[in-house]
Amino acid sequence: MIPVGYVRASSLGAIPPMLAGDGHRLLGGGTNLVDLMRKGVERPSLLIDVTALPATIEEAADGGLVIGAAARNSAVAAHPLVRVRYPILSRAILSGASAQIRNMATVAGNLMQRTRCVYFNDVAGSRCNKRAPGSGCDAIGGFNRYHAILGASSACIATHPSDMCVALAALDARIRVDGPGGARTIPIGEFHRLPGDTPEIETALAPGEVIVAVEVPASPFAGRSTYRKVRDRASFAFALVSVAAGLTLDKERIADIRIAFGGVAPKPWRALQAEALLRGGPATSAAFEAAAAAELAHAEPLAGNAFKRELAKRSLSAILAELAGVSR
Amino acid sequence: MSRVQNVVVGSVRTALGWVPAQWLPGGTPDPLIERRAAIGRQASRLDGPQKVAGEARFAAEVAMDRLVYATLVHSPVTRGRITRLDTAAAEAAPGVTLVMTHRNMPRLGTLPLIGVSDLTAVGNSSLPIMQDGEIRYNGQVVALVLADTQEQADHAAGLIELDYAAETARTRFAEAKAGARTPASILIDKNHVSIGNAERELASAPYRVDYLYRTPGQNHNAIELHALTVAWQGEQLLVHDATQMVAASAAALAKLFGLKKDDVRVLSPFVGGGFGGKGLWDHQILAIAAARLAGRPVRLALSREGVYRIIGGRSPTEQRVAIAADAQGQFTALVHTGYSVMPPYGACPEQYTMGTRSLYRARSVEIVQRHIDLDIVPNTFMRAPGEAIGTFALESAVDELAHAMGVDPIELRLRNLPERHPISGAPFSQHALGQAYRDGAGRFGWERRKAEPGTRREGEWLIGLGCATGSFPYARMPGANVRLTLHADGTATVSCSAQEMGMGTATVQVQHAADRLGLPIDAITFEMGDSALPAAPMAGGSCQTASIAGAMAAAADKLIGELLRLAGNDTPLAGLRAGEVRFADAGIAGIAAPARHETFRSILARAGRETVSVTAAGSMPLEFLKFAMHSSSAIFCALRVSGVTGEVRVDRLLGSFDCGTILNPMTAASQFRGGMIMGLGLALTEETLFDERSGRIMNATLADYHVPAHLDVPEIDVMWTGIPDPRSPLGARGIGEIGITGVAAAVANAVFNATGKRVRELPITLDKLL
Repeated sequence: MIPVGYVRASSLGAIPPMLAGDGHRLLGGGTNLVDLMRKGVERPSLLIDVTALPATIEEAADGGLVIGAAARNSAVAAHPLVRVRYPILSRAILSGASAQIRNMATVAGNLMQRTRCVYFNDVAGSRCNKRAPGSGCDAIGGFNRYHAILGASSACIATHPSDMCVALAALDARIRVDGPGGARTIPIGEFHRLPGDTPEIETALAPGEVIVAVEVPASPFAGRSTYRKVRDRASFAFALVSVAAGLTLDKERIADIRIAFGGVAPKPWRALQAEALLRGGPATSAAFEAAAAAELAHAEPLAGNAFKRELAKRSLSAILAELAGVSR
Repeated sequence: MSRVQNVVVGSVRTALGWVPAQWLPGGTPDPLIERRAAIGRQASRLDGPQKVAGEARFAAEVAMDRLVYATLVHSPVTRGRITRLDTAAAEAAPGVTLVMTHRNMPRLGTLPLIGVSDLTAVGNSSLPIMQDGEIRYNGQVVALVLADTQEQADHAAGLIELDYAAETARTRFAEAKAGARTPASILIDKNHVSIGNAERELASAPYRVDYLYRTPGQNHNAIELHALTVAWQGEQLLVHDATQMVAASAAALAKLFGLKKDDVRVLSPFVGGGFGGKGLWDHQILAIAAARLAGRPVRLALSREGVYRIIGGRSPTEQRVAIAADAQGQFTALVHTGYSVMPPYGACPEQYTMGTRSLYRARSVEIVQRHIDLDIVPNTFMRAPGEAIGTFALESAVDELAHAMGVDPIELRLRNLPERHPISGAPFSQHALGQAYRDGAGRFGWERRKAEPGTRREGEWLIGLGCATGSFPYARMPGANVRLTLHADGTATVSCSAQEMGMGTATVQVQHAADRLGLPIDAITFEMGDSALPAAPMAGGSCQTASIAGAMAAAADKLIGELLRLAGNDTPLAGLRAGEVRFADAGIAGIAAPARHETFRSILARAGRETVSVTAAGSMPLEFLKFAMHSSSAIFCALRVSGVTGEVRVDRLLGSFDCGTILNPMTAASQFRGGMIMGLGLALTEETLFDERSGRIMNATLADYHVPAHLDVPEIDVMWTGIPDPRSPLGARGIGEIGITGVAAAVANAVFNATGKRVRELPITLDKLL
């Protein structure tokens, strides 16, 4: 246990200067950060409580939504506009954690979640390049059932644990940030980074930047979209594989489609290759299976997670068939 | 356990075979079997209001003046020694009272291991406790910090600097098999049983199965973390502990710290779940030693990770089960052998072949367990140690054989039920597994099962039904004592050191005392959880209730004599001898002439006594050496397996139990259901991730170690034969552990019925079904 300072940020403008100090971190619901502090993984010197930032959920001019950074996960999942227009987002959030945790967790905090790799969490006994750059990775050759088959590197094979972000990836969400360099918007696909040689750098946030809101553009997929999470128990477990998918049909053909995987990569994995194969093509089981196989062809499984390639293929094919109303 | 012990136990069993039953405990059935008023009633638990109001005090909640808080530092190294130890920064940290390491820890001996010969031997590990700089397993405690607040202690613990020289550790199960030991006995049974030539029978039988089954290590996860609050008063030691063994802990602590037995008092009225994990481990010794060094009362509560690091769990096993059958489905060979971990400094043999020894008759039998030595915190007893995972292997194999033969698995089991104990030849005291199956199958709707696997489908879900037998032996512990005190107002107090771990001990014993003494329930008080009270045995082996019941019956007999003496001649009872009266209607009445009756109040008033009190010990528990005394169960499971993802969702569980008299349907149903839920965890989710490269447990949290969540737990139906066992006090056999047994096999068998896939390695995770 390490002594830590605590301040509340009263306004957005007050945050960037506060963030300048060494070890200064933003605190949302604390459902991940405080856990990591208890384990000694995170050792901040100052916590800046940002739960007073905007938590509103508002309709945007283009018919989309703007969700305040401090909005609670449970508030987003229960919001009538989210439930009607983005059931995929509501389902994804509700499949994560527990009601108590969702009541605390914020949207920005969910985006900033860190991996649940057991070696990352074990300060006393394990090597981890993400926690201690250059120290090595004990997950490779260890317990890697929950680890990545896509997008990993020889430095890090950890997965991003969020459910919400998988839905946001399928919805082409944009992350609105503000900081010393001014306000900007980062597409969700560019927000989380692959590990490469620097697994300790997890997002595209520049020093001093703060998440202000999440923009969710208007989506034509509301009627045909869903989120399915496959896991080791019926609730309160992280995804082995999850799939967020939405599509629109033009008679028997796929007019448009969005697919994202969770649990298989260091970031929410947008299945662009499968989407490209399917867009404009026939909505048949054979097409779904071929697209799933193509997307997973690049998978690099390890001893503990080899099953994920098959699991991801099957889950995706089944979900697309269900969304398209195709019998399998 | 030794060869000598085999000879002793064997000789006692042989001798008892010749002794007439009526000479032995249980020789004459307990009269209360026929005369039940409070027993068998749906009485709500007496400690319920206290618990929901937050008034039940647990060990980590006891307030004390000048209390300091302890934090432990664990070794991340598995084998080696400490090469540098700097405590200066920790000692200088705010609020710190003491930093204790092997340098200043008082020199102590080691704990004698828990066993059957010495009732004060209750240690789970005989390793030295912080006596030197050597590291013997990953997680071993290397330092303890005391401070004025928990936060200060936690902070200072992080400032201790330690370097280690690591040495090669034995951590790999498969490699260690080569050096496995074959112990002479497993608990009180001879280990190696060889009847006929099982291998030859296997080779020549028309039907046979022969497979390896694997079960992972598992860890204890009681809701209440291990904790104690401890104070020295001169040479007297007071320990508020969370323990399953109040009296024996006090005796063992007195011995270890060189104190007089009466100078150690252990208090533990409430325990938030034990399951075999709440025994005597290093943390109690460390906290007590630190309190002495600091001259302050100490509270130590393990973190959840701490429980994984220094409290043992269930051993992993590799088990071979082979069964051969003739054309009629009679077993001609039964083989159950395998490996589990038990370091020489540990005490739990993970007796996975115990159920196999009593459940089926076979012409030839080959049973033997082998122990592997690894550098680990010693594994320990964990709810139905042995049977929980042994029944997974055995009952999966029976199901496999039934499928191979095209016979209904219940029918195959019933064809092979033994008339007498298959190994010892002793008669069963009571055994109605067949009835449990028939009753259970009827209520469950077993006839709806399709024998051909993989043929029932609802959408993407494959539907399967499965069943399996559960088993747990009856035992009663020697060393059970109860004090009965009658008061002038006609009420009674029952006193013994036993603790309430949530199973309803106090409630059931108050029901028992009411019937035993002929009093209403609200006239009885149960004093417990204090080593200053007459000693109860530890709560283990599902035998606390029967052990206390036996002692209370003995005390009641003694009380009758005492009351008759007090009553004198000026009483309707005059002239009657102890054997001619019994307790009835808040007093004593003649058996032949019930009208001759006098109340306790009247007897005490005339004698001018405020109280009359007797203490008695239960008889020697010889009944289970003469008779084969086993509880058994039929477990039924209905589930779905996703044809897409392999996810298993259990829809329904039913347990049909044959456990003698059920003393309280409400607390019993709760015990059964709790055990079955733990069985679901065993079947589907629980697994300790022990990294064999390092010897370290990697999922030492409830986030990463998966016990079933609410959504994993289906409707659970429980029922019982309720047939009293004529050889046990109250006709009851223990029910605390049998609930978990058989469940994993019932699930695995249902998974096979759903999918046609046979999973022989627990837990049954979805990747095994893709």
